[in-house]
Amino acid sequence: MTLVPDFSVQRVFVDPWTTGIDSHGMMALVTFLVGCTCGLVGNFLILRRMALMGDAISHSVLPGIAVAFLLTGSRGIGAMVLGAFVAAFATHLLVEGITRYSRVRPDAAIGIAFSTLFALGVVLVAVFADRVDLDQDCVLNGELPMIPLEPPVHLGSLSLGPPPLVRLAGLLVASVLLLALFYKELLLTSFDPGLAAALGLPVSAVHHGLMLWLALAVVASFEAVGAILVIALLILPGATAAILTERMVPRLVLGVVHAALSAIGGMHLSVALDCSPAGASVVAGGAWFTLAWLFSPTAGWVPRWWRSRGAA
Amino acid sequence: MDGSSTQWIPRPPSTRVDAFRGARRILRGVAGWLWLASAALAQAAKIGDLTEVRWTEQALRFASLSDPAVRHACLGTVLLGVSCGLLGGFLVVRRMALLGDALSHAVLPGVALGFLWNLEKDPLAIFVGALVAGFAGSAVVSLITRTTRLKEDTALGMVLATFFGAGLCLMSMFQRLPTGNKSGIESFLFGQAAALGPGDLQLMGVVTALVVGMLAVGYKEFLLVSFDPGFARVLALPTRWLERVLLLLLAFAVVAALQAVGVVLVSAMLIIPAATASLLTDRFHRMLLWSAAIGAVSGLSGAFLSFLGTRLPTGPFMVLSAGLFFGAALVFSPRHGVWPRWNRQRSQRLRVAQENTLKAIYQVLESGGFPGETVPVGALAARRRIDREAALGEIGALVRGEFATLSGDTVALTPSGWQRACAIVRNHRLWELYLTQDACIAPDHVHDDAEKIEHVLGEATVRELERRLPRTDVDPHGRPIPSVPAPAPGGRAPGDRPQGGVIGYGGRP
Repeated sequence: MTLVPDFSVQRVFVDPWTTGIDSHGMMALVTFLVGCTCGLVGNFLILRRMALMGDAISHSVLPGIAVAFLLTGSRGIGAMVLGAFVAAFATHLLVEGITRYSRVRPDAAIGIAFSTLFALGVVLVAVFADRVDLDQDCVLNGELPMIPLEPPVHLGSLSLGPPPLVRLAGLLVASVLLLALFYKELLLTSFDPGLAAALGLPVSAVHHGLMLWLALAVVASFEAVGAILVIALLILPGATAAILTERMVPRLVLGVVHAALSAIGGMHLSVALDCSPAGASVVAGGAWFTLAWLFSPTAGWVPRWWRSRGAA
Repeated sequence: MDGSSTQWIPRPPSTRVDAFRGARRILRGVAGWLWLASAALAQAAKIGDLTEVRWTEQALRFASLSDPAVRHACLGTVLLGVSCGLLGGFLVVRRMALLGDALSHAVLPGVALGFLWNLEKDPLAIFVGALVAGFAGSAVVSLITRTTRLKEDTALGMVLATFFGAGLCLMSMFQRLPTGNKSGIESFLFGQAAALGPGDLQLMGVVTALVVGMLAVGYKEFLLVSFDPGFARVLALPTRWLERVLLLLLAFAVVAALQAVGVVLVSAMLIIPAATASLLTDRFHRMLLWSAAIGAVSGLSGAFLSFLGTRLPTGPFMVLSAGLFFGAALVFSPRHGVWPRWNRQRSQRLRVAQENTLKAIYQVLESGGFPGETVPVGALAARRRIDREAALGEIGALVRGEFATLSGDTVALTPSGWQRACAIVRNHRLWELYLTQDACIAPDHVHDDAEKIEHVLGEATVRELERRLPRTDVDPHGRPIPSVPAPAPGGRAPGDRPQGGVIGYGGRP
């Protein structure tokens, strides 16, 4: 009975890059793409103190996806995205409605809306288990290990990789383009909504656009890491970057670096322990955050301790 | 619409103490009952695995309570609902709902490690592991918010997801074990009330008794720390320790509830019953009792629904029924519900509209020097600046309220209608008088204000105005202020209006 497989440098650090590149490398690439897109959105969520809205939306897309399965009977990506959108929008409306029409505070309203919707999703998945090609394990863990097994998409004679990879890459490119186009507006509405409104920027349109982007990122990540770990991919890159620097562009770049490091670290961890790759990449992301927390040149514990020792 | 009802009147201290005592007595009663019940049922036999059966048979089996598994599930979910409901009340009023979420997700690695202790479902090991992980999680959250510039929501989300990810990693490692009893640990994710054993129940009973007991003993102190921490510090209460005790109880309740409701949805059982209760009542001890009751009923119905099928998770059903309670309270709660509030606003709008019509009829009569008792519809429409159809609609509303009668083309006020019309005109003119005399506002600026307040001046305020004003017979625009005729049998016609006689509101001296 071996809970942890024997450690060997060859197996843990060399094989994933050589013989296992098709499976482990592909999983790491998918995790990286998900982490990049989510990290870009997450940076703005953190600025706007909306981190938990990401949590809420990532939970509540589940019933939308389950209903889309039930209605169409297939895993059509269009129906899935549509269902998830509707559910994400329903969460948004529920939270707004509960806070407006009752005296329940926003934090409790978020908790009520997303947990009820998530419960509905789990019930749908469990009751219609024979008709929905989803199970409770997939809801939690995603199905990262399945992605390398899917038949690749071909563009002419060029093999682009499995469909989720292509979709995620497309989403990332679109995200970067949109971010480049609307960077100024996003930045200003996040830091100073009052000034943005005074300058005539459409503050609430930017807000809704950001929510739309968030919903897209969450739906795309659902397949890879499941409903709950998305929140880690949303927040960890931005939080790590926020500890390291105060400027926004370096934050975005550091978020991407964090996503890459978490994907690679998660790959090695999941090989070493033979455990869920999605969980492992989240744990790796948490570890990178801890390192940044300890050693950040400006706010880290160790440099601060070193400076205070020098002063004494 | 009595003006005084919006004032906050402090209760005399003695009744407050009584309220505290009452709450304590109830909480102690609940504690005693729970303790006895858990001790009695903990001896029952272990459950058999559920097999494929029809749901009607399952419903009967559940309702008859003959199966020990059913009894365990019922008792367990009720205990869970009570402890989570009570503590959730504190979370909701302190706006810490999402701390419950973070705490409940963060316990997963602890559950997994507790499971690792001897590779089977040992309630105590899992309890201890989950408790340690939960405390580690909340400690990391407070450490991050204190030492970095990250805000609390970010810290909560990060800790929640990272701990949960670590837990999923550990669980995926167990799944490879050849000997491991995998079903034991999987039920911790979404809950499986049917898998509750006597050991779990004993643990839940102890935790619930502890929660109820601690809250009963320190109710006043916990209440004060939650609502006014500054005042609690001034009174030299050990606020930090009280908060730590609350957090400890919260962690206990979350961990004890895991088996039945699951890690993912425990936080919902903390938040939803308490938020529902906060819509039903304004007093905190009543809110706690409602919250515990709603938690228990949702727990029971969750257990029942998940029992109808095979291997259905309990947690989601529990949360869905709690969500239904919340939805019902949101819409129908007598005090804060959307529907009763809408009704109240509607009836108030109707009343205001009726009063405006009555006032217009009075003014038409007055402008003619009270020539008779009837008013032509055309004159009323001209006065209200509306067309004939709209005027007939307004008169219809008065006729339905028995304030007026319509015969042919003329409207006549009934005695009660005449009384209301006089009262509203009197309110309006008294207020104008008050604003010009006491508040020194120019006479041409007071009409709009009086137009709004005339509908909500209560009797006490009118009396106060009468006392304060030296003369109450003529308003600032020179028109006489009517007194309100007593509802005499047979009523009074507009003609015999008592001239200038100030006999007070409602005709009483």
